[in-house]
Amino acid sequence: MHRQLRTSAIALCTGLGFATAAVAEGEVVVYHWFEYIPQELVDKFEAETGITMVIDTYDSNEAMLASLRAGGMGTYDVAVPGDYMVQIMRDNDMLDTIEEGELSNHGNILPEWLDVDYDPGRRHSIPYQWGSTSFSVNRDVYDGAINTTDIIFNPPEELSGRINMLASQGEVMALAAIHLGIPMCSPDRDDMQALNDLLMGSREHWLSFNSDTAREILVSGDAAAGMIYDGFSARGRIEEGANIEYAFPTQGYIAWMDNMVLLNDAPNRENAIILMDFLLEPENVGMLTNFTQYSAGIAGVDDYLDPELAAQPERNPPEDAGPAVFIDVCDQQTQEIHDRMWTALRR
Amino acid sequence: MAGGAASGGSATSDAYAPARGWLLMPAWLVLGIVVVAPVFLMLIYSFLTKEFRGGVIWEFSLEAYDQFFFDRGLFGDEPPTIQWAYIQIFWRSIWQATLATVLALLIGFPTAYFIATRPVQQRTVWVFLITIPYWVNLLIRTVSMRFILRDQGPLNDFLQWIGVIAEPLTIINTNIGVQLGLFYSYLPFMVLPLYAAIERYNFALSEAAADLYAPRRKILTRVVLPAVKPGVIAGCILVFVPSLGSFLAPDLLGGARNFMIGSLIDEQFRGSAGNWPFGAAAAMILLTLVLMVLMVLARQQARLEKGAG
Amino acid sequence: MRTGAARFDFPGFKVMTFLCLFILYAPLVIVMIYSFNDSRSITTWGGFSLRWYVDVFTGPDSAKFKSAAFNSFSIALIAATVATAIATSAALAMVRGGRFKLRTATFGVINLPILVPEIVTAVAILIFFNTIGFTRGYMTILVAHIAFCIPFAYLPISARMQGIEGVYEQAAMDLYADRKQAFRRVLLPMMMPGIFSGFLLAFIISLDDFIITNFVKGAGVETLPTAIFGSVKQGIRPNIMAISTMLLAFSTVIVTLSWLVSRIDRTK
Repeated sequence: MHRQLRTSAIALCTGLGFATAAVAEGEVVVYHWFEYIPQELVDKFEAETGITMVIDTYDSNEAMLASLRAGGMGTYDVAVPGDYMVQIMRDNDMLDTIEEGELSNHGNILPEWLDVDYDPGRRHSIPYQWGSTSFSVNRDVYDGAINTTDIIFNPPEELSGRINMLASQGEVMALAAIHLGIPMCSPDRDDMQALNDLLMGSREHWLSFNSDTAREILVSGDAAAGMIYDGFSARGRIEEGANIEYAFPTQGYIAWMDNMVLLNDAPNRENAIILMDFLLEPENVGMLTNFTQYSAGIAGVDDYLDPELAAQPERNPPEDAGPAVFIDVCDQQTQEIHDRMWTALRR
Repeated sequence: MAGGAASGGSATSDAYAPARGWLLMPAWLVLGIVVVAPVFLMLIYSFLTKEFRGGVIWEFSLEAYDQFFFDRGLFGDEPPTIQWAYIQIFWRSIWQATLATVLALLIGFPTAYFIATRPVQQRTVWVFLITIPYWVNLLIRTVSMRFILRDQGPLNDFLQWIGVIAEPLTIINTNIGVQLGLFYSYLPFMVLPLYAAIERYNFALSEAAADLYAPRRKILTRVVLPAVKPGVIAGCILVFVPSLGSFLAPDLLGGARNFMIGSLIDEQFRGSAGNWPFGAAAAMILLTLVLMVLMVLARQQARLEKGAG
Repeated sequence: MRTGAARFDFPGFKVMTFLCLFILYAPLVIVMIYSFNDSRSITTWGGFSLRWYVDVFTGPDSAKFKSAAFNSFSIALIAATVATAIATSAALAMVRGGRFKLRTATFGVINLPILVPEIVTAVAILIFFNTIGFTRGYMTILVAHIAFCIPFAYLPISARMQGIEGVYEQAAMDLYADRKQAFRRVLLPMMMPGIFSGFLLAFIISLDDFIITNFVKGAGVETLPTAIFGSVKQGIRPNIMAISTMLLAFSTVIVTLSWLVSRIDRTK
């Protein structure tokens, strides 16, 4: 007994030594999506720069915003919001400006991702990864056509009650609007009523709301269909051998780009800039993309990508696929009504 | 447990009365600043105006309570009717917690009774066996529960193997999954106070009843049960209250589809809803409910103790 | 008299007791078994292996778990120590301080964290820290843990103190010991088992806490429960089962320890 106590005391002291050593080297605190950066890349960054990367994770853009608003500002250096969330954070004055010339690899950003409307000229952010969101279906359970959003909102009998939805208000609302063929932030009362009726009516078909288990629940067979991101689905299919197919609905599906943003009051601003520069190096982004299996927004990455990646069905929409659309930022009044629908949906 | 500590005990003396203030100071300071003051602050927050996308504006508003109790339609401009959505969430939580408590009582009472009727030396071993699982992290226990109850998990495998069912039962992501999770999480909380009460029970009373030819079943319901009622109440409180505000079981076993109070409040602060005053109001309503239940039970317990003494 | 109790046994109750134990232990045993599973998949058995235990210490997540373990144990140690000191002092006033006006109120305040659902305490503390501008991080977790550990340390300590009659201290003082000596030489040693189990209870409660920690934790500061929660959401991996088994073993050692201490005391 005594020896156990002594051992744990020694372990505690050693741990303390580690912790202080890490602080001395400097760190960068990243607020990140779950499972969105490979450990090898973190190790590479730490080896090259001597900066410790501290990572905290979230599972939706909205949860990240809420946490930052609840006293999180000033504790993180960078975060990785999706396109529409960058705009919201910019409107709320949460982002620091990257001065011209601060990022030596700024020129690597692909031109089509440079002047994005949520951050013209990339003054606050850099591209992280981009991809799409729709849904995947377990082909062992259902082998009919899946190129329609009816799979989620008006499912065949085999899938009803076995569908997982993302716990992400923005994406669920957007897919519903796509299904109805209405503008995402339509302030029109009839449109909103229709949106609400659709969500409430489809609710009985849905098993759960989870983002971070979206892949696991499909792989394990606990759900037979579910909203999911393209690369996440690809990883479930390839790494875990699940017979799941990613759908490209004819009505359309969601496109997104996640971006690393520099937060206001960043405690380690200099290190944050070093990290952003690191994530603009083609080699590093290649490693990242091979892991996430999404797509990169910077030039020169292709040389570092796994050759199989380009041929993946998850990133090659068939001809009959609908348009890929980005999520809109709604005005306050519309957003508050959407918030009400979302809460009612999950009561 | 709660009753015994409240009544003070016989060895109370006043040897430390002069230093009382100083001795209590640290507890008052820490709990006053970190628990009591925050609860009052939360009360104030529930009457503030919400800021769009999280946070509050320091202006008085009844909107949070209005939103909780009244439905003004999707667009907020219809005449108010009673809002059932949140009452439904509260009702569901109460119902889930009640079922979990009843289930725990059904299993816990016989167990506590069995242990209390063992020879003295054996009892500590039995109690020890009951307590160990309680020391294991609640999160880990909930996770292992999820693992067992899965469609392809050990429970379904077993039931299919012995031929009770043909198709796997879906338990995860249902209300039953949540109930089982709550029941399992807090079962030791039921057994321990029950055991303490039954152990203190004087079996001479049962002997007397038996001498008067009362059947054993009747002795249990008419003599033992009334005598150990304080233990039953304490056990029920200890299972019911944490179940009511629980967050892990609904999230991991309920699929976060059917909100319980805990998830509803969590969503206001850490999820996408971002409505702090409403979250504070929901927490205040939960707190009021719990305090009311505790007060009723405490009064009943006091009456029982008075009656017994 | 109580030995006659066995007469009032119900045979069904024994079955229920074993059912109860089975329900309590089955999930733990299954986790334990699967932590030794060689297979990567959690559903198929691939033979006995210790690889997941190695993985916990050397695998890709090891850094995360190491720092989480350090945070968890250091917070539990500090919080339990401080809470035990505060609880002991409060118990002296409550049990040995005679009757006073605010006694019931004080009792209520001390036990508030047990009586109030955890989510309510969590929200209140979050709002509080946010209002005073206390940045979330290690310190916020520690402060919150100290507060809610107090009642858990208080219960066994006050129970023990109630069991010690005042005559011992009275006797010491009759023999010209002053109040301090009577406390240090007589009351404190007699209270030690209670203080010890109060400390252990507070320690485990702190180690175990998820809800409050999850609300008040800040950038990158994880404790074991929050780190595990983050991991299990992406699927229950065998390394989580290995960590769980180690925590189970640790808790069992602690409980056994406290049980042995209480037995030593009983033989006195």
